[in-house]
Amino acid sequence: MLAQQLVNGLVVGSIYALFALGFTLMFGVLGVINLTYGFYLSIGAFLALFATQHGVSIWLALPFAALACGAIAVVVDGLLLTPLRRAKAPELASLMVTLGATLLLYSLANAALSTDIRRFPPSVIDGSAIDLLGVRVTLTQCLIVGSAGALVAALLWLMNGSRLGMGLRALAERPDTAALMGVNAGALVRLVSMISGGLAGACGVLIGLNYNAIQPYMGEVMMLKGFAVIILGGLGDIRGALVAGLIIGLLETLTAGYVASSVKDAVGFALLVLTLWIRPSGLFGRIAVKRA
Amino acid sequence: MSEALLSVNGLTLGYDHATEAVKGVSLEVREGSVVSLIGANGAGKTTILRGLSGLIRPRAGSVWFRGQDITGLPAHRIAALGVVQVPEGRQVFANMTIAENLRMGAWLLNDAAEEARRREAVLARFPRLAERLGQQAGLLSGGEQQMLAMGRAMMADPRMLLLDEPSMGLAPLFVEEIFRIIEDLKKEGRTILLVEQNAQAALDIADHAYVLQSGRIELSGPAAEIARNEKVVAAYLGG
Repeated sequence: MLAQQLVNGLVVGSIYALFALGFTLMFGVLGVINLTYGFYLSIGAFLALFATQHGVSIWLALPFAALACGAIAVVVDGLLLTPLRRAKAPELASLMVTLGATLLLYSLANAALSTDIRRFPPSVIDGSAIDLLGVRVTLTQCLIVGSAGALVAALLWLMNGSRLGMGLRALAERPDTAALMGVNAGALVRLVSMISGGLAGACGVLIGLNYNAIQPYMGEVMMLKGFAVIILGGLGDIRGALVAGLIIGLLETLTAGYVASSVKDAVGFALLVLTLWIRPSGLFGRIAVKRA
Repeated sequence: MSEALLSVNGLTLGYDHATEAVKGVSLEVREGSVVSLIGANGAGKTTILRGLSGLIRPRAGSVWFRGQDITGLPAHRIAALGVVQVPEGRQVFANMTIAENLRMGAWLLNDAAEEARRREAVLARFPRLAERLGQQAGLLSGGEQQMLAMGRAMMADPRMLLLDEPSMGLAPLFVEEIFRIIEDLKKEGRTILLVEQNAQAALDIADHAYVLQSGRIELSGPAAEIARNEKVVAAYLGG
């Protein structure tokens, strides 16, 4: 029973971690709190849903949804946030602008798609399971953990193992100095928007697969959890997002299994509040130190 | 009149709508020369360098580099032309290693062999950096960070170096070393525009000098002449 819960928790946790990574990348490199991030998750889920309803395999629908969400994120960032960045506006400005945009986008999505919960075609959800040391793991769960793991590994390599990632870290730390070295900030900003929007879209597909329930506001629920993950991990820290995502996913699943599923959503927020009380900079955070 | 490598005409710069930090400044830097820009705190020296590097857009005036109009180009394009700045306060990437900081200097270079060659030259010039390539740059002392910032700029093999207050806040021993390095760069034929509060050292090393006051050029001429000017002696050389 415990082992089974741990596996289920790992599945959810890997999605949370992936989601928080994309947001962390956006915040860390672009220096903005972009609340539209959660919306890309909803859109990603719907795009994959529509694609699979038209007979496209989930293996193609996932990258398609991710790329499309990345492209949307690039456009939104270019329209809303690039002007603010150019004016060196404070973080609160990006928060307010994207809050407004988020409300607008969700109400448009709500009008266009309705809030009915939709499900993937039966062929997509592979209920067949493999037996792993007495634990039942469905093939869909394997797909989720496999995709999330591969994306996390790719992102970690990009940031810490590649020349491009070095440029992104330089841009995050000192945008002006990076530009003096010849870094084309505009191009890298679009790249980061593309990647994080893509990650959110991919998360939407994976969350949709895990619960097999898709509706326009799923991104908003996830955004709130994402905040809990990001605060627990330490704002702007990639390792923190990864570890905190897994922790919250595991704790939620264990709470649902051993306490009551009705309180599972409280776990993340309880941790959020605890973190802000005890260790505001989060597990790995440096932000509080920087601000001191 | 021989062509200047960099020529600035009537450059006006400011940070907000109301005030102009730099008002109609004109100056010239010839290939292979060292030009010093001296002036009190807040005279607009750093603003001029930020304008030349494309970090702020000129309100008026023009900047020409190698006969090409570069007015208003974004910073990364100006860097690509070979105008490389060592900014005020070193601005090393503190969370990155020394090796990574140097690699960032060669960001626009897509040639691993050439990058390795330049790195060797930089490490020969700054042996202190060679000993701690894997260390976080934020852990270095101010003087070492200045060397890293200069080494990082040299990784770009600049056609023109803009040095903003390289000696600021450094211990006297490091100040001497920094000026010795600038002297070496001059001997190698590098073109340098030097902004300094240490007017004496800046005038000693320069061929030509400009004195900036409240955003305007007050005086210009051969550095040796400027160093003898009574007003300059009284205001900047503690005479």
